[in-house]
Amino acid sequence: MKRRAVRRLPRSEGPWAWLAAGSVAVSLLMLGGLLLLIAVRGLGHFWPASVALVTLDDGRAIAGRATRELPLVGQEGNERLYFTGNRDFDGHVWEWIPVSAIASQQRPVDLVVLERRRYGDFIGRLVAVGPVGLSVDHPDQEAVWPRLQARLQAQQALRDERDRLVRDTLRPLVQRVDANPGDHDAREALAEVNDKVRALQAGMHGEVAIVESVGGRRLEQPLDEVLRAWRPNAMSPVEKLMAWAQNVWRFLSEGPRDVNATGGVWPAIFGTVLMVLLMSLLVTPFGVLAAVYLNEVAHQGRMTHLVRIAVRNLAGVPSIVYGVFGLGVFVYGIGSSLDEWFFSDALPSPTFGTGGLLWASLTLALLTLPVVIVATEEGLARIPVEQREGALALGATRLETLTRVVLPMAVPAMLTGVILAVARAAGEVAPLMLVGVAKLAPQVPVDGEFPYLHLERKFMHLGYHIYDTAFHGNDVQAAMPVVYATALLLVLVILLLNLTAILLRHYFRARHGVLARQP
Amino acid sequence: MSRPPRLQPATSGSIIDFPPEASCLAIEGLSLAYGGKSALRGISLRVPRHRVTAFIGPSGCGKSTLLRALNRLHDLNEEASHEGRILLEGQDIHSPEVAVDELRRRVGMVFQVPNPFPMSIYENVAFGLRLQGGLTRRRMDDIVEWALDAAALWGEVKDRLRASAWSLSGGQQQRLAIARALAVRPEVLLLDEPASALDPISTLKIEELIRGLKSQLTLILVTHNMQQAARVSDYTAFLQDGELVEYAPTDNLFTNPSLRRTENYITGRMA
Ligand SMILES: Nc1ncnc2c1ncn2[C@@H]1O[C@H](COP(=O)(O)OP(=O)(O)O)[C@@H](O)[C@H]1O
Ligand SMILES: [Mg+2]
Repeated sequence: MKRRAVRRLPRSEGPWAWLAAGSVAVSLLMLGGLLLLIAVRGLGHFWPASVALVTLDDGRAIAGRATRELPLVGQEGNERLYFTGNRDFDGHVWEWIPVSAIASQQRPVDLVVLERRRYGDFIGRLVAVGPVGLSVDHPDQEAVWPRLQARLQAQQALRDERDRLVRDTLRPLVQRVDANPGDHDAREALAEVNDKVRALQAGMHGEVAIVESVGGRRLEQPLDEVLRAWRPNAMSPVEKLMAWAQNVWRFLSEGPRDVNATGGVWPAIFGTVLMVLLMSLLVTPFGVLAAVYLNEVAHQGRMTHLVRIAVRNLAGVPSIVYGVFGLGVFVYGIGSSLDEWFFSDALPSPTFGTGGLLWASLTLALLTLPVVIVATEEGLARIPVEQREGALALGATRLETLTRVVLPMAVPAMLTGVILAVARAAGEVAPLMLVGVAKLAPQVPVDGEFPYLHLERKFMHLGYHIYDTAFHGNDVQAAMPVVYATALLLVLVILLLNLTAILLRHYFRARHGVLARQP
Repeated sequence: MSRPPRLQPATSGSIIDFPPEASCLAIEGLSLAYGGKSALRGISLRVPRHRVTAFIGPSGCGKSTLLRALNRLHDLNEEASHEGRILLEGQDIHSPEVAVDELRRRVGMVFQVPNPFPMSIYENVAFGLRLQGGLTRRRMDDIVEWALDAAALWGEVKDRLRASAWSLSGGQQQRLAIARALAVRPEVLLLDEPASALDPISTLKIEELIRGLKSQLTLILVTHNMQQAARVSDYTAFLQDGELVEYAPTDNLFTNPSLRRTENYITGRMA
């Protein structure tokens, strides 16, 4: 009942105390450094950095964001990497410039950055905004920027309206017609909505912005391809901060674009959290039951001892092995059989016979099962024998003692197990690649369509997104900041999931004052 | 307080002859071993109804072992094996007709360490009642109040019945354990050093409580504290090395022990 007295190394014990303290300090420093690195790199990505107009010694001009600087190989001085955008002009967006070759540098306020659906960012000057085929004989610098803003807003309004129509009216109608092809009312309504959507889309086409790179090349940019426009050099720090917050929000709430290198990670956040929650729901009952059996029911002999050792060792099996197991047993074994029995009309395209949310959650549940068993068992073993005997002495059976006294007291220990399981599962990527993670699955596994939770769907995952963006994009330089930002997000998501479980545990402990008096 | 009947100690010093109808529990030739290691040897004694009987003896002599045999708590220990009989109101508690949970309801127990369950004060007392089931809300409230009152705890907790039982002090927790045991109306209450973890004032309260309860049920008290045995018990059994050395009315045993070993122990001259 008493807390075990903590044995302390007195400070005077010289090297040992210092060694111990030093190890703690080094660990903390490494952890802090890691977090700082991904936080700075990740969050910096969203800052609307200024755009420099650089004139080189040979008279050439480029405009871009300076991102890095490295020493030149075999020469004096540095070279600087600029992000120049305009992939549609000459196919590349990065340029290394030797610092010594820079003749002058300015930050003109009229440089605009257009974020586009295709070809990435455009960096240059705005010449005119208007219908297709407009003449550009009288460029009117001051009025054209507000006009662009207004037109983009109008475009956004049209886009929103179209999306709303499609979501709220068009899709349900399509479903009605699908379900009942003879429903003429629905068909007519569908045709009507379709026309409306077409009209909206037509309204979005046909407007262009004429833009010009600092090198003097012109481009007629359709406005419906432009997502946003800004003039970073003209922004005040407050405006930049707001733009930064907006960028972060868009990163969190939107789907990916452009082979995952830009856009947001919302489906991946959703997939990660949902997968971890499902995993916890699956692993907790199994783990707790197994621990109860091992600790309360089984005869404490050699066999139980061996099983216990085996369980502990399972925790050390590499996760990819679980992935292989999941693929072989869940996907090809159980999944294929399920398809044959229940989804035979969909064959040969598999429903459960391919990786998906359910199989991934199950595989990770298997992976984390030992952790939950061990933690719960330790919790059960810590419950004083007087508690059990007290219940038995009142006429409770062993089952009643277990369910009414022992298990409620072991809840904090179970939650410790779940916390450890979540920490392990949320960071696993390798097994997921075999059993259901997808490079791109903009449709999250939960929607308004029956049965609402689609366990057979593939899903996106932050961990896999990091791997995919880092190694399978076509622009590594552009992917790097996204990778950092996603890594930061993954850490935060795991932290949040853990914090939830920890708060839950705290609640259960505090409810009976165990915090004050550990039994 | 009524005086215990004057009974002549038997010549062996280990059996008191009071009429069988006055005894509630009878232990006959009980031996118990933990996996071959003998802990009790040939214990025979009868426990008088509505009296306090104390088991005293040096640490490790088997007092707790004997007490726990009386409500079959040893059943859970695969190591423990016994011989001999224990009769509760004339019925062998190990006979197949006796359900062990029913037996434990009739023979309640309070442990050395306070062991409130992780629930409210009310739920702790109602625990045994809920196991039996079939009580109305009102009836449950009444019994809980009665039990807490009988355990001299009602006044202290009546305003916070919904508070966690773990918020009580050690002495209160022990009285809660008594209330919890009383709520299922046992015939016998076993107390294993119930005050050994408590301060003197709480100890006094528990002792008073034990004395007051014997009008309602039979109490068996294990204690290593001879003053306590002298203060609260009517009969005292002295055990040593798993054997019953002497069993006599408490006054006799402490003032006029018939055996040398008893005298040595109570005067503090242990071998
Ligand atoms: N569960 C057990 N397993 C094995 N030996 C035990 C167990 N409980 C008690 N014993 C042994 O039985 C003897 C009597 O113990 P106990 O009845 O607890 O003594 P007391 O309560 O008089 O101090 C001691 O030698 C003790 O070591
Ligand atoms: Mg004892």
